[in-house]
Amino acid sequence: MVKKTVSGLYLAVIFLFLYLPILVLIVLSFNDSKSRVVWGGFTLRWYSSCFQDETIMNALIMTLQITLAAAVISTVIGTLAAIGISAMKRRNRAIMLGATNIPLLNADIVTGISLMLLFVKFTNLGFVTVLIAHITFDIPYVILNVLPKISQANRYTYEAALDLGASPLRAFYKITWPEIKSGVFSGFLMAVTMSLDDFSITFFTKGAGVNTLSTMLYTELRKGIRPELYALSTLLFLLAFFLLLLMNYRSDRQVRQHAGHHPDRASA
Amino acid sequence: MRRLMRQLLAGPYLVWIAGFIILPVGVILYYAFTTADGAFTFAHIAAIADPVHVKSILLSLKLGLSCTVVCLLLAYPLAMILSSFRFRHQSFVVFLFILPMWMNFMLRILSWRLILANSGIINALLVRLGFGPVKLLNTPATVVFGMVYDFLPFMILPIYNSMTRIKDDIIEAARDLGAGNLTILAKIIFPLTVSGIISGIIMVFVPALTSFVISDLLGGGKVLLIGNVIEQEFMQGTNWNLGSGLSVVLMIFVIASMAVMNIFDKDGGGAAVW
Amino acid sequence: MRLFYNRKKSAKTSVCFVLAAALFSCTFPASCAPKTDAGTTSDSLVVLNYGKYLDETVIRMFEEETGIDVKLEEYESPEEMYTKFKAGSISYDVVCTSDYMIQRLISEGEVNEIDFSHFSYYENLDPDIIEASKIFDPESKYSMPYFYGTLGILYNPAIVSPEKVKTWKVLWDENFRDSVIMQNSVRDTFVPALRLLGYDINTENADELSGALELLIRQKPIVYAYYVDETADEMVAGNAAMALVYSGEAAYAKELNDELAYSVPEEGSNLWIDSWFIPKSCRNQENAEKFLDFLCRGDAAMLNFEYVWYGTPNLEVIAQLDEETRSDETIFPPSEVLADCKVFQQYGQETTALCSYLWKKLKSE
Repeated sequence: MVKKTVSGLYLAVIFLFLYLPILVLIVLSFNDSKSRVVWGGFTLRWYSSCFQDETIMNALIMTLQITLAAAVISTVIGTLAAIGISAMKRRNRAIMLGATNIPLLNADIVTGISLMLLFVKFTNLGFVTVLIAHITFDIPYVILNVLPKISQANRYTYEAALDLGASPLRAFYKITWPEIKSGVFSGFLMAVTMSLDDFSITFFTKGAGVNTLSTMLYTELRKGIRPELYALSTLLFLLAFFLLLLMNYRSDRQVRQHAGHHPDRASA
Repeated sequence: MRRLMRQLLAGPYLVWIAGFIILPVGVILYYAFTTADGAFTFAHIAAIADPVHVKSILLSLKLGLSCTVVCLLLAYPLAMILSSFRFRHQSFVVFLFILPMWMNFMLRILSWRLILANSGIINALLVRLGFGPVKLLNTPATVVFGMVYDFLPFMILPIYNSMTRIKDDIIEAARDLGAGNLTILAKIIFPLTVSGIISGIIMVFVPALTSFVISDLLGGGKVLLIGNVIEQEFMQGTNWNLGSGLSVVLMIFVIASMAVMNIFDKDGGGAAVW
Repeated sequence: MRLFYNRKKSAKTSVCFVLAAALFSCTFPASCAPKTDAGTTSDSLVVLNYGKYLDETVIRMFEEETGIDVKLEEYESPEEMYTKFKAGSISYDVVCTSDYMIQRLISEGEVNEIDFSHFSYYENLDPDIIEASKIFDPESKYSMPYFYGTLGILYNPAIVSPEKVKTWKVLWDENFRDSVIMQNSVRDTFVPALRLLGYDINTENADELSGALELLIRQKPIVYAYYVDETADEMVAGNAAMALVYSGEAAYAKELNDELAYSVPEEGSNLWIDSWFIPKSCRNQENAEKFLDFLCRGDAAMLNFEYVWYGTPNLEVIAQLDEETRSDETIFPPSEVLADCKVFQQYGQETTALCSYLWKKLKSE
């Protein structure tokens, strides 16, 4: 009992640590003052004005486009790559994984500038260059989430399905996919999150007129961040939060419905 | 034959690696080993021996190590608690920890400044309680605090993942054989989570080593890390050659630390950091 | 049975992906529009400016009157601008940046001459500011001043008496330990030290610069932070007693907290002038000049002044201001203050490297 209280308390402290700054920002989004350090009373006006501001809306749309496009493309390339890598011999595997780690290990600014220097040799900076840069740093997260799932999966079942005459596509869909999809999904989520949060790499690879929420925020530091941005960030955060709750609730129900098929889980 | 077919699936990624990972590194290497006029030089690599740079890389190592140790100490018990909950979907846990990143990074760090500043939220509370204002911001400790805040999820997730892979049967078998909680932790859980711990250490230590934004925003610009030096050379001094040279040195440090960590990884996970 | 279970579960995951794909596809068409591309039509203008340094109404007015499509690109520091500009990443048509950076770009041959004889409203600009700009643009043919101001001390009179901030020495006063904010950039933070030692702020003498560094190292323990951007907010929040800031930030801070005050110490300081120039990469010189001329027009300049609230060189705007604004010494520095202020000049390559090194030394102490 004591143990349970202690661990509950510990969990609460850690989550407070992670979510406290977000709480402060949410409070700020209701602050009726242009400055983040002055409390001017409660207001909802930033929530209405953020949807009327054309620049903010353009940045939001651009952010969504880049984030989702990059996440979808990198999930596809990354999942295929993970399957390929898992079939490789140890040496090739090590080389591929070594290269995969490079974007994770380089300082953001170095990655950003080196990509910029490369891009400007061949093309103008624009939407596409930002997209390529985002895909580049998203793929590693997908691979690192999918690869462990593949190595855990039983590869003989897949082989057996092929031996029994299933087409590779069908065998993949029926055997491999159910085993790796949670990894693919986490990889996709990580990719979305990383894209959404990136500043340095976007800044260096973007062209005129391409503005994401992060780069926009950065140019506003000197003259004070528009409170509309707090409101918009709050909305984005809450949207993600409720989607998460909804998903968990739904899958809970599904698992319960099928509990009979999984006695080991039901007992847990 | 089938194996080859499967390997081919990595083809698009191989092209991607060549074009957008290897080539940019080549660009950096080119700048690192040439002068502004394009002649070969080793000076930008050797520049790391300058006392100012030595000092900053030592400080980076020190803060990075502190951050990693704190993260590990916080994350391990946390992962144990979480794995005892048995969420139906691991992605739910993953999401709980990456969800804060849906708020912009810069906003979150500025928010910490509001909390920790001289007349910030915590100090306002302290003053009300009768303790004078305490200096919480703009010290090396604050920088470590910020790093822990930013990188903790990357320690928790791999350890948590490796813990959920431990089968209950093993632990129950050990218990049946008379092992106590501590023995189970030391002899079963810990060895089985080593690869997770190592992934976590790499995922935290490396970004901590290269970070520069946190030291600027929470260190008040008074803490000079090697990442700050590189950033300054690229942005303010506009000496890309020196910036590239120091980046290359930093990359070597990163690779070396990964190699050291891999010695401990008996799981054969190779270079996987997750 | 197993089959059924699988199908059901994977259906859920695929729903997520379909949703994502749908969201993606409904947002994507907008990006296919030429808007995001670095425009290729001649009737467009790519403008590069500091963040929040231009009222968007002005752009809309200009677009309506001329039919020229304006794309605005923003940046935060002149060095960032230089990095992106030098990479040749985007062909900008007209750029606004700070004095010393313009000088650097002129010396590198990156700047086109502007033919002011086409302009209808160039006379609106204060000849004194054009004269002061000659330090970086000797023949006044490459740049057009936009806003100007000084570097000084923003302070809280309740803690620091106005008598004390008449000299830069106050920034070294032990009584304000942990209460002084400096700028996180070499040139600005060196100004007080150089002036206290009686040196020119544009000195390239290594001994003089090293002397200034020693002074700054001695100051470091009492410095609360070296901040770039958020200085004004920190002062408004009361986290420090004084800060080295640009007059523009001081005006912003005073708007939020009218107890704060601003002073330019008697030893003299820096006069900064942010100006427009037309880079070599400009695709349509005529449109760029039309845009600059438009910025000088009274109504446009007034909108920009009210939006930015920095010192404007536009005489027509000043004539329309009420007495209180016109006599606000934070925005419009009096002539005796200006007499002691100097515009930054671009350092030579050697001094740039030296300063960069001295700066790292200060930070690593």
